[in-house]
Amino acid sequence: MTRDEIKDLILEIIEDIDEDAEFDGLNADSPLRDQLDLDSMDFLDIVMELRKRYKLQIPEEEYPELATLNSCVNYLEPKLKDV
Amino acid sequence: MSDQSGVTRFVITGVGLTAPGGANDLPEFRRRLLAGVSGISTIDLRYMGEVPAGICSFPETKYRKKKENKRGTRAGCIGVYCAGEALADAGIDFSEYDRAKTGVYIGLTEHGTVETENEVYNISRFDYNVDYWTHHHNPRTVLNNPAGEITMNQGITGPHYSIGAACAAGNAALIQGLQMLQLGEVDLALCGGISECVGSFGIFASFRAQGALAEHEDPVKASRPLDKDRNGIVISEGGSVFTLERLDRALKRGAKIYGEIVGYAMNSDARDFVLPYGPRQSECMHAALDRAKMKPSDITLINTHATGTRQGDVEECRAVREVFADCPETYTNNTKSQIGHAMGAAGVLELAGNLPSFTDNMIHPTINLDNLDPDCELPGLVAGTARQVECVDTLLNNSFGMVGINSVVIVKRFVAK
Repeated sequence: MTRDEIKDLILEIIEDIDEDAEFDGLNADSPLRDQLDLDSMDFLDIVMELRKRYKLQIPEEEYPELATLNSCVNYLEPKLKDV
Repeated sequence: MSDQSGVTRFVITGVGLTAPGGANDLPEFRRRLLAGVSGISTIDLRYMGEVPAGICSFPETKYRKKKENKRGTRAGCIGVYCAGEALADAGIDFSEYDRAKTGVYIGLTEHGTVETENEVYNISRFDYNVDYWTHHHNPRTVLNNPAGEITMNQGITGPHYSIGAACAAGNAALIQGLQMLQLGEVDLALCGGISECVGSFGIFASFRAQGALAEHEDPVKASRPLDKDRNGIVISEGGSVFTLERLDRALKRGAKIYGEIVGYAMNSDARDFVLPYGPRQSECMHAALDRAKMKPSDITLINTHATGTRQGDVEECRAVREVFADCPETYTNNTKSQIGHAMGAAGVLELAGNLPSFTDNMIHPTINLDNLDPDCELPGLVAGTARQVECVDTLLNNSFGMVGINSVVIVKRFVAK
């Protein structure tokens, strides 16, 4: 999966959680939580969706890697390189 | 329970509801009930196939976002809608009531069954690996969930909890709300009942295993309490929430008053898990009348609980005949014939449907009563078409449930005195 594909994947999952989410002007280096209506349970939804789709087991101590869109891409790129 | 000052009189000032078949406010619900329009259709259930059921269709995002509906439960979604509608109907915007002195009391037959079944199905697609079990399971299935979702939506910081009382739960929640007002624990009570039961195949399957699930080739004819050919319950979802206030506070703010709760009673059969027991139901009706300081002949209309089961209907009819012998001015009807059995919502939804009779003096009909079972004869039974009467002064609302729980609420036309 390319970096752009991973970015689209994350946005697609967030849109599935909140179809009213507004991505225009989203800063890829700022925390998603500060820009979108997301809380800790929503982040667990993202973790669960990655598990369901790609059998990815993300350890709890690595959840902070999902804080921004760019950190998501950086963290997931090696894990999804063969997808 | 009443005095001249209005301090210990309690009135219903707002009604929010969603009923099977698409009635999402009281005027529309009343219109359908008077017309005798069945709200029953079918549902295609996992493992079960198509069965008759009462399904609600209401504006789910009127009071909260789709995201919150997705996170919460169907019961919570119904509750948030009904509570929002009740407050709007009552004209309560919390400028005259404190959210910290507002209580939310929601009657439920059960809760968590739907969510648990869905999760078991979900992990079945992942070889039953519990790593795929949702983190939303516990907040969705705690028993206070539907009441709690209402408080979150309305910012209500007073007490909230659910009343588990099988199919007597709607009445039981009204009684709880009234008692909390009496105690001064709250100044405003949001109370009612909710059912999300149509989401659970297990509830349908269990009634079927009991021989108590209605079947009919035409779903609108499946719910037929009191009829000779009845063959069980039609399960429905739905909800109704009332705003309950002290009369003096309601008068002070110029509230519209639907009716005054003047009597209530609850008791237990103490004998069987599923079979109802007429003599105890009769005692419950007598106890409610005693509390209201009324005679049976003071009741204008009895909303029967009868669900369409063989023995249940017979037991209640026997009890009603015993209590209301020699009451030529008393009428009876059955709302489940039109909307099915809305379980935890049944008591309060059926009461809501009858409240407008205080203003239109009409009694909505029992439908699907083609051949009255002689064992189900009732005084003044209104069937087929609505009946105009001289004056409806008092409603008696029966609501009974499994494991032997009975509830009766008496509501009177509001008279200032």
